[in-house]
Amino acid sequence: MLFRNLLAAAALAFACSAPAQEPIRIGAFLSVTGPAAFLGDPEQKTLEMYIEKLNAGGGVLGRKLQLIAYDSAGDAEKARAFVKRLIEQDNVDLIVGGSTTGETMAVVPLVEQAQIPFISLAGAVVIVEPVRKWVFKTPHSDRQACERIFVDMKGRGTTKIALITGPGGFDKSMRAQCIGVAKNYGIEILADESYGAGDTDMTAQLSKIKGTNGVQAVLNCGFGQGPAIVTKNYRQISIGFPLYQSHGVASKGYIQLAGGAADGVRLPAAALLVAETLPDSDPQKKVVLGYKREYESRYKSDVSTFGGHAYDGLMIAVEALTRAGVTDKAVVRDAIESVRAFMGTAGVFNYSPTDHVGLDVSGFRMLEIRKGDWTLAK
Amino acid sequence: MSAQLVQFLLSGLTVGAIYALVALGFAIIYNASHVINFAQGEFVMIGGMAAASFVEAGLPLPLAALLAVGGAMLVGLALEKLAVEPARGAPVVTLIIITIGASILLRGLASLVWDKKIHALPAFSGETPLKLGGATLLPQTLWVLGATVLTVALLWWFFNRTLTGKAILAVSHNQLAAQLMGISVRRVLLVSFGLSAALGALAGVLIAPISFTSWDIGVMLGLKGFAAAILGGMGSGPGAIAGGLALGLIESLGAGYVSSAYKDVFAFVIILAALIFLPDGLAGRRRATERV
Amino acid sequence: MASPAAAAPPSASSAPRRSLLALAGAVALLPLVLPNNYTYEVAILVGLNAIVCVGLNLLIGYAGQISLGHAGFFGLGAYGTAILAVRYGWPTPASLAATVAAVALLAWAIGRPILRLRGHALAMATLGMGIIVAVVIATEDRYTGGPDGMSVPPLAIAGHVLAGERAWYWVVGVLLVATVWLAQNLIDSPRGRAWRALHGSEFAASAIGIDPARHKLAAFVLSAALAAFAGALTAHYAGFITPAKASFLHSIELVTMVVFGGMASSLGAVVGAAALTTLPQLLTVFKEYEMVLLGAVLMLTMIFMPQGLVPTLGKALAAARGKSR
Repeated sequence: MLFRNLLAAAALAFACSAPAQEPIRIGAFLSVTGPAAFLGDPEQKTLEMYIEKLNAGGGVLGRKLQLIAYDSAGDAEKARAFVKRLIEQDNVDLIVGGSTTGETMAVVPLVEQAQIPFISLAGAVVIVEPVRKWVFKTPHSDRQACERIFVDMKGRGTTKIALITGPGGFDKSMRAQCIGVAKNYGIEILADESYGAGDTDMTAQLSKIKGTNGVQAVLNCGFGQGPAIVTKNYRQISIGFPLYQSHGVASKGYIQLAGGAADGVRLPAAALLVAETLPDSDPQKKVVLGYKREYESRYKSDVSTFGGHAYDGLMIAVEALTRAGVTDKAVVRDAIESVRAFMGTAGVFNYSPTDHVGLDVSGFRMLEIRKGDWTLAK
Repeated sequence: MSAQLVQFLLSGLTVGAIYALVALGFAIIYNASHVINFAQGEFVMIGGMAAASFVEAGLPLPLAALLAVGGAMLVGLALEKLAVEPARGAPVVTLIIITIGASILLRGLASLVWDKKIHALPAFSGETPLKLGGATLLPQTLWVLGATVLTVALLWWFFNRTLTGKAILAVSHNQLAAQLMGISVRRVLLVSFGLSAALGALAGVLIAPISFTSWDIGVMLGLKGFAAAILGGMGSGPGAIAGGLALGLIESLGAGYVSSAYKDVFAFVIILAALIFLPDGLAGRRRATERV
Repeated sequence: MASPAAAAPPSASSAPRRSLLALAGAVALLPLVLPNNYTYEVAILVGLNAIVCVGLNLLIGYAGQISLGHAGFFGLGAYGTAILAVRYGWPTPASLAATVAAVALLAWAIGRPILRLRGHALAMATLGMGIIVAVVIATEDRYTGGPDGMSVPPLAIAGHVLAGERAWYWVVGVLLVATVWLAQNLIDSPRGRAWRALHGSEFAASAIGIDPARHKLAAFVLSAALAAFAGALTAHYAGFITPAKASFLHSIELVTMVVFGGMASSLGAVVGAAALTTLPQLLTVFKEYEMVLLGAVLMLTMIFMPQGLVPTLGKALAAARGKSR
């Protein structure tokens, strides 16, 4: 009798001290160091901040979120090894990450084989073309950036342009896309220059462009310090026609570096950068303003669209988890694919079995830099 | 057309002057120890980043630059004392790997002490371009070229007119004989590292207003400076300067007239050809008879 | 020219035999402790790096030449087999074999003028060659996919697709043991002795009838072929390659592995590859301190073990054994 009571008591005590529910594990691999550090750094900060916030609010599905993040430093081989680690050793439920296209493409075979949902934060259209079952992405594709720029150029009557491209994957991939779609907008590319990693001076290339007859505008596909140097050199040799940059420079850092030379530069970017100046009727305003204020007050540094992609990725994942009700990977994947009318920092997401980017060009605003700040281009 | 040529030449000279300063750093350390200091590029980075952070903290530019160069010199001295000296007598290849480790360590420290963002220094005397023969020139370029010339002159005076300088030269010619003459090789090594670090940091401070600075700019600049040093003849001061300027000009003219996508290939092909025809580099320092 | 390292050690036939057996044993027994596919992946990467390092060690440690551009050969091997298989539809065993042969031929062609250079000029020439390869790969994006890289089909021999970590582990393990066996036999042969004589002094070696040019070229071509072979295997294993594999930093990494493990020792090359491939994986838990720690480990190890890991530990072991006698 006593023994049975003791047993019952022990069982009860055991049940009460049963471990808390398993956390939902979100794996991430980001380029926090290395050449793409200014992508990975805000991405990691964003993920950490919002997972903390979500956990403080009770988590998702009644469970806490656990972030397991590795620094792949822009290296595709490291990315592979880390994704294997996330899948095999850390047993994550889904993966958000891949700051660069190279790293993302390197892990695509792994996630397809392991059948785990993967939301990429990288830009190139090749990530989702052809559509892969388990791979989604949150940034606009580089082709969409080209299209947005060409629409603006066409509207101003610009038909002949020059390209100047940096050495990175983002740079070259965008250049290839722009060359591919230029004819659709009646744009002819008269000159095609490039610069290398760590280059300190692009006046030679820009001089050539200046001397090419008929050029009406220049498009710089690049990110990092290259575009800032290009911009300064551009003004130094007094090139009169407009300079367009890519969404790769969509951060205050670019304006700080290029200084006054950035005045008049146009680029496509998410509304995030001009959150305060958006009219209240703008459907994006609430989300972008909220993210901007929270990020800037927590980290005391300017918000960037790259962090915004991480925000979108995480929130879409959370939305999918909530709707799926379980962490079963196949169910979550289906839930991601059926996300409709989801407002992120980059725009409205409408995923579908044939569209794993989800954004259309309308989320991309054409911005112009005036007096050291972003404004919506007229 | 010729205005374009002037533009190419100016751009080539600017970047060439930076390569020359970095190459000088390589040459000085090599002369004292036969070690190729793979951390040389990091001194350039430290100079630029330290100056940028001092300026951002509110210090006036000249003071910030001075402190940055001084700080880098201390790092160079520390590198020699803590890493190179304990390994004296090790094979040269081992010492090179130590400097490789040092470059990784310094980059890691830089990303912790500062950050991974790109920083700029204000131009020393404004940004209004000057016109020269149809081309434009940044005032900063004049600073770069002027500082390089001044540095070279000072170094010439140092190596030829001061005892320490002559001691360093003696060690580079024949270490054993120098020791027999009572020269402390340890002190020479220390001074060499400090001097090279200061030169690298100076280059970093000079170039930062034009091409910015960040925690990882040292890799590429170190590589190009190394190439310039070898092109000029490893261990030769004038060779390093000639090599640096030549490399800068080849890159710029290659980008302008051949192909900007392949300008680095063009530059290295020329360096390779030059080495095959002039194996001891531009300055052609003949080695003493090879001992068996 | 002063040799860049201490003179190559004599090779008693028993020591290499023992180290080869030890390696074979380690390869055979390691799966017992590897818990999951991720650890298998690390082991496979170690093996592939080790194959390159054993070859590079023949060039640096034994023949006494320097190469700061070996990642270029690795990259050519990887991209050669990828391009032949993807753009021209070659079956993968053929693309692999053809690529290795082509890279060996290329190494022979550029080795002849380059190896006439000494010391730093040679270092610079190999460095330049590596960079030229890396830039061309990154720029010709229509063939190579550019800096974002390209996908590579898996290796398929006679209809059987080689896939999965376990299968690849055994393939790479066997190939590594074979490579080390080959290297050790080479070192013990007349050609190997000629290389070591070269390393000691080119002058003296040519005085006794050893033709430096021929032997340097042979070492260069062999090490290039091994690097290309490992590169091609890596491409088929990972299913994806990027130009970073041919970069200057990767070349430096390879040389560091060889020196770290101990030059003039094939086992040293393997140990160096193992140490420097697994170390970043272990240090990643320190997040932003990873680079600082990696640099510190490299520096401290080289300061306290200037001959490299294996020779230093070997001597310590021999001394301990001697004391206990």
